Amino acid sequence: MKRHIEFKDTQREIHNFRLRLGLSLGFVLLLLLILLARFVYLQVIQQSHYQTLAENNRISIVPIAPSRGLILDRNGVVLAHNYSAYTLEITLNKVIDLKATIDELAKIVDIQPGDRKRFKRLLADNRKFESLPIRNRLTDNEVARFSAQRYRFPGVEIKARLFREYPYHEQISHLVGYIGRINESEIAQLEEDEMAANYRGSDYIGKTGIEQKYEGELHGKTGFQQVEVDAGGREVRVLSRTPPVSGNNLVLTIDAKLQGIAEQAFGNYRGALVAIDPSNGEVLAFVSKPGYDPNLFIDGIDEQSWNELNNSPDVPLNNRALRGQYSPGSTIKPFMALAGLHYNKRAPGHTISDPGYFSLPGSRHQYRDWKKGGHGSVDLFKSIVVSCDTYYYGLATELGIDNIFSFFSEFGFGKKTGIDLEGEVSGLMPSQEWKQKRHKQKWYAGDTVSVGIGQGYNLVTPLQLAYATAILANDGIAYRPHLLKEVQSSRTSEKSTLKTNLEFNLKLNAEHLALVKSAMVAVTQPGGTAAMAGAGAPYAFAGKTGTAQVIGMKQGEKYIESKIQERYRDHAWFMAFAPSDQPKIALAVLVENGGHGSSTAAPIARKVLDYFILGKVPQPLLTVDEAEGVEND
Amino acid sequence: MTRRRLWQRFVAHLDPVLLASLGLLLLVSLVVLYSASGGNWFRVLAQMTNILVACAALWIVANMPLHYLMRAAVPVYLLGMVLLIAVAFFGEIAHGARRWLNVGVTTIQPSELMRIAVPLMMAWYFEKHEAMLTLKNYFVATLLLLLPVALIARQPDLGTAILIAASGFYVLFLAGISWRVMLSFLVILMASMPFAWSTLHDYQRHRIMMLLDPAQDALGRGYHTIQAIIAVGSGGIFGKGYLNGTQTHLDFLPERTTDFIFAVYSEEFGLIGNLILLSLYLFVIARGFVITANASTYFTRLMAGSITLTFFTYAFVNMGMVSGILPVVGVPLPLISYGGTSMVTLLLGFGMLMSIHTHKKLVQT
Repeated sequence: MKRHIEFKDTQREIHNFRLRLGLSLGFVLLLLLILLARFVYLQVIQQSHYQTLAENNRISIVPIAPSRGLILDRNGVVLAHNYSAYTLEITLNKVIDLKATIDELAKIVDIQPGDRKRFKRLLADNRKFESLPIRNRLTDNEVARFSAQRYRFPGVEIKARLFREYPYHEQISHLVGYIGRINESEIAQLEEDEMAANYRGSDYIGKTGIEQKYEGELHGKTGFQQVEVDAGGREVRVLSRTPPVSGNNLVLTIDAKLQGIAEQAFGNYRGALVAIDPSNGEVLAFVSKPGYDPNLFIDGIDEQSWNELNNSPDVPLNNRALRGQYSPGSTIKPFMALAGLHYNKRAPGHTISDPGYFSLPGSRHQYRDWKKGGHGSVDLFKSIVVSCDTYYYGLATELGIDNIFSFFSEFGFGKKTGIDLEGEVSGLMPSQEWKQKRHKQKWYAGDTVSVGIGQGYNLVTPLQLAYATAILANDGIAYRPHLLKEVQSSRTSEKSTLKTNLEFNLKLNAEHLALVKSAMVAVTQPGGTAAMAGAGAPYAFAGKTGTAQVIGMKQGEKYIESKIQERYRDHAWFMAFAPSDQPKIALAVLVENGGHGSSTAAPIARKVLDYFILGKVPQPLLTVDEAEGVEND
Repeated sequence: MTRRRLWQRFVAHLDPVLLASLGLLLLVSLVVLYSASGGNWFRVLAQMTNILVACAALWIVANMPLHYLMRAAVPVYLLGMVLLIAVAFFGEIAHGARRWLNVGVTTIQPSELMRIAVPLMMAWYFEKHEAMLTLKNYFVATLLLLLPVALIARQPDLGTAILIAASGFYVLFLAGISWRVMLSFLVILMASMPFAWSTLHDYQRHRIMMLLDPAQDALGRGYHTIQAIIAVGSGGIFGKGYLNGTQTHLDFLPERTTDFIFAVYSEEFGLIGNLILLSLYLFVIARGFVITANASTYFTRLMAGSITLTFFTYAFVNMGMVSGILPVVGVPLPLISYGGTSMVTLLLGFGMLMSIHTHKKLVQT
């Protein structure tokens, strides 16, 4: 087929091109005319309308902050709520002389130097047409006094605002967290997430804990109204209103009463306790002692309180349950025993003879047992009951670090549990690879020996140990620990319960489990290391004590508790689950500088278990009731 | 004597008419920027630096003979495509969009490069097949356009995608694509609207919905439009006077040194000011048309026409969005808004126009 070929016809082509160029010019002129028409419409015909709007921006769009969702415990006890109070607020660009105005105001209402300082800081962070509080929580008297003289203060208004309150103060602070004023970097983040519009009118944002993690649920949707204002900036009338949508209420898995009992049981000790329902991963108690009062942080903490909290040797701001990393000590022995059975390195009936120390073949170095002279003939059951170190020195050496690493990793050691809180740390489960990377050294046989009794490189958080205990209690079936039980929608009051997903199943041998668990029960019975804490319990519970060294002892040196300064005393561990046959609660307790697990940590666990299993409340217990009294008014 | 000859050589490839009108617009930019930034001299100085850099780029391109430009078309286009694909895979995400590429020293936005590269490539392609243009050629040219546009739209950067699509369309139109093909394109475009809607990102839909009813989102993006319209409208015929715009100076206007700078100008200088600005733009565009009409080769005609029309499109889209007849798509007001990249891209374009105009003259004489 012959193709039709268009030969170049320059004249025609240029003619065509110019025609199209002319059309384009027409198109350009048409669009410019449309623009011009729009300008004439806006700037001539509608000019007076927009003039009115712009005049002092008469129509202002006022955001209405939504009320933040409540935080409740599993039984409906309020852990964080809002109350309404009056604030005295100043809009800077409507005030002529700020200092004079504040001085005059100070004659009517109580304005402390601290209030002025805080206001100054707010001024620096905010735009000048926003209304900012000079005083929060006015008394009725003050409201009345100001209202009578309001005419003297253009640009100053009384506003009803919602305030957050944490009725439990120091208790549960590490879990619930707190909200605080939104800062620059949070504004930048909100803008990046295209959420800034929803935070116009919001002064606060979740900073830590549940308040931070579930900010999206708790905050709600900001409403707004178009209002006409007079020259003094006061609202004349509302033109339209889109109501805000309150944030959702959160029901936590925590049992506030159990939490209170646990906190109380610590007395003056520092430490942490995490209790988990092994059958679904619900966290029942989450304690980090000491706590702090989250209410202090809401409106910016004053310098003195901050210094007290921040410089305290007790580090109350540190969430020990989530971020504290400690040597696990003997609490790892039940897991080591399981590993020994799993890898066929130990049979249940196999016994060793314990002379009170262990030496690696070809080495003279003695790894000592905690009991001088040793435990004599020890099998696997007894090794847990009396917490025999020598047994585990040998077992660890035979298992080798690679097996230990892979077995423990499956129990979640050295990994974040994935709990719904920000800032979790992963602890440390050492391996050959890790040591090469971190210390640029090869792994030595001696390293394995110390790992075997939890005094080597390994570090765990109380949360991790509680999780591992829960996995053990539930026969190797793991549920991720979580704090949120259900979300109650504020709009429909519909409840959506969170599904608890099976995390994994370790598929452990039932006989191995039964043996280790029975040994852990024997720990709490006469002859066991926690016999005192277990005495008289009408239910069977499984436990294991542990001691984490704070300072290293030299070869041949003796650890004498009374001679060592309190801060250098060993940390005490106790892990437990109950009832032993059908576990409903699994927990880990750490008492900093508590000495032995049996004397300080185990009794705390016992009190928690007594309440949880029997409903027994230790005496005296005032804190929780007092706190509930606050919540009612 | 030598000094004079040096000067003559220096200005030989500059077009005085175009240069003067561009200069006036840039002067307006500095004046408005001073007001929009709240009297911030650093902003003004930074913009001056932008202008100087862009002018240098203009001068270099204006002095480049045209075959240099043609030779650059394919490599620049390919480079742009490679960078765009790299962005799709390794780009950095900011504000929910993947537009920037980290090249070690700095981050670059390859879509900016494509603003010039796409029309350049298309014009080059048409020039190459000038002897016998068939439907197939138009089809290939369209493909050369749609590939980068699709990549940019997916980033997502709808504003840039639309503007590049427009600049490419102008090349097609001026290259003489038949009316029938254009009409069928239009029909296909209309028919694919529902599909296109479904591929848009939420925030893009949001912006389009908002155009229909800005009050819907009075706290978020609608706020920008509402406040901008108030600023323009309240300016009236004569404006509120320089540095007296209440909307501007009471912080009601968003992004007032960049995308919304026209609202500042319009509030302070009123309808009269708008007329002056429109006239300046029209003057630049008219000069662009004259250069286009007199361009000597097919390639230069297409290129000059596309540059001129694209410049107009920028101005129209920005003023339309600020005055509330177009959605907010994030296009700066050409030559006025604060910003280095767009300044350089624009003046590069005008450099090409001048090169097209002056090199032809030299050939003739």
